[in-house]
Amino acid sequence: MTGARLLVGTKKGAFVLTSDQRRTAWKVDGPHFAGWEIYHLKGSPADPDRLWASQSGGWFGQVVQRSDDGGLSWDAVGNDFAYEPLEGREGAGTHQDFDGTPKPWAFTRVWHLEPSLTDPDTVFAGVEDAALFKSTDGGASWKELSGLRGHGSGPQWQPGAGGLCLHTLLLHPTDEQRMFTAISAAGAFRTDDGGASWLPINKGLLSGEIPQQEAEVGHCVHNLALHPSRPDTLYMQKHWDVMRSDDAGDSWYEISGDLPTDFGFPIDVHAHEPETVYVVPITSDSFHVVPDGKLRVYRSRTGGGEWEPLTQGLPQQDCYVNVLRDAMAVDTLDDCGVYFGTTGGQVYCSPDGGDSWQCIVRDLPSVLSVEVQTLR
Amino acid sequence: MTRVVLPHHLRSLARLDGEVQLEAGTTREVLAALEAAHPALRGTLRDTGSGKRRPFVRFYACSEDLSHASLDDPLPDAVLRGDEPFLVVGAMAGG
Repeated sequence: MTGARLLVGTKKGAFVLTSDQRRTAWKVDGPHFAGWEIYHLKGSPADPDRLWASQSGGWFGQVVQRSDDGGLSWDAVGNDFAYEPLEGREGAGTHQDFDGTPKPWAFTRVWHLEPSLTDPDTVFAGVEDAALFKSTDGGASWKELSGLRGHGSGPQWQPGAGGLCLHTLLLHPTDEQRMFTAISAAGAFRTDDGGASWLPINKGLLSGEIPQQEAEVGHCVHNLALHPSRPDTLYMQKHWDVMRSDDAGDSWYEISGDLPTDFGFPIDVHAHEPETVYVVPITSDSFHVVPDGKLRVYRSRTGGGEWEPLTQGLPQQDCYVNVLRDAMAVDTLDDCGVYFGTTGGQVYCSPDGGDSWQCIVRDLPSVLSVEVQTLR
Repeated sequence: MTRVVLPHHLRSLARLDGEVQLEAGTTREVLAALEAAHPALRGTLRDTGSGKRRPFVRFYACSEDLSHASLDDPLPDAVLRGDEPFLVVGAMAGG
């Protein structure tokens, strides 16, 4: 069947939503892992039936689940995320706590799972406290790519309000050695050697919330996105500011333009138009809801700078929800579908690139993440 | 035979309907036998690396809190006889 499969992580379980290519009628399957927080689910581009889910909770810790049949059944795989000792530091080292004092690195949960583009058995996990792990055996075991935490700036990294989390990982579409990651609140980093070493890529970011606005690290980057046809062009939603880089992150410039507010969490790129970008402006860092009670996605067709509100089918009064960083996705059908989920439990779909929206499901638990698989 | 009662979330995770029966004479042996029989439970009761009990997990038997006792203390006779269960309890919380 040609269509779309949405993988929705919520505070109380996972849901799998499927539709044909018209994307007007949806089957809702779930909750899977009822009662657990599902920070993220994602399907393998190399084998669409292989899905990964991060299942966690305050009581019983972290579980990683894998499905080999498109979400019909799941099995727990390895969940041992052991930090590597770091050269020149005691044990796994320390980062800074909220109050600036050193705190030993300790694993809390998996925020993001990023499957390899080519190998179904290889998957990356971005975790809190911020580190990147890799499995090459279908999730049975995990090994830290410790060069990231081992960067000289590591002891200075501080948590954002949600914790010191590695929440974003972009894989270069053709160069397996190159990856981009983002950490709250350390900033963005790039590797050109498969994860052995990492370079902070934060030049051009200005963050008024830190003592030195142009610091090499310390920026609260909320999300990154790229289009596979132009992997040197990166888009960033920072705590405040929407940013763009045309040199693989070596430098950034602001593209917030005429947005009503440039605070927000997710950012994504149209599947067929590399200069068409989507964000969801949020009122402020002290009021994490959409502005003025209106749920509006903003679209730029000029690679940023000029933005248009997309409102058709979205509530335009009395709406006070947030859209979290991993809760937006695009499919690759001919008419690019755009999807997002809200903290109010609604999942919206636009089957026409954002021109119009429909609510697929209205009363799920608070949505933490949305990913989509294009089925052909 | 030691009978172990798990909280709902862990029974779901391990795909168990009711009690688990194990050969175990201490709390440490209960944990090891549980994890060996049901690998999905690894890391959910105690940290995989340090072996420390998770803060929101408690162990009870015969109306006694065994959470802070030595892992190597013998379990109460009533538990060893199978008359009383070994209880794994998650902290109560709302939301």
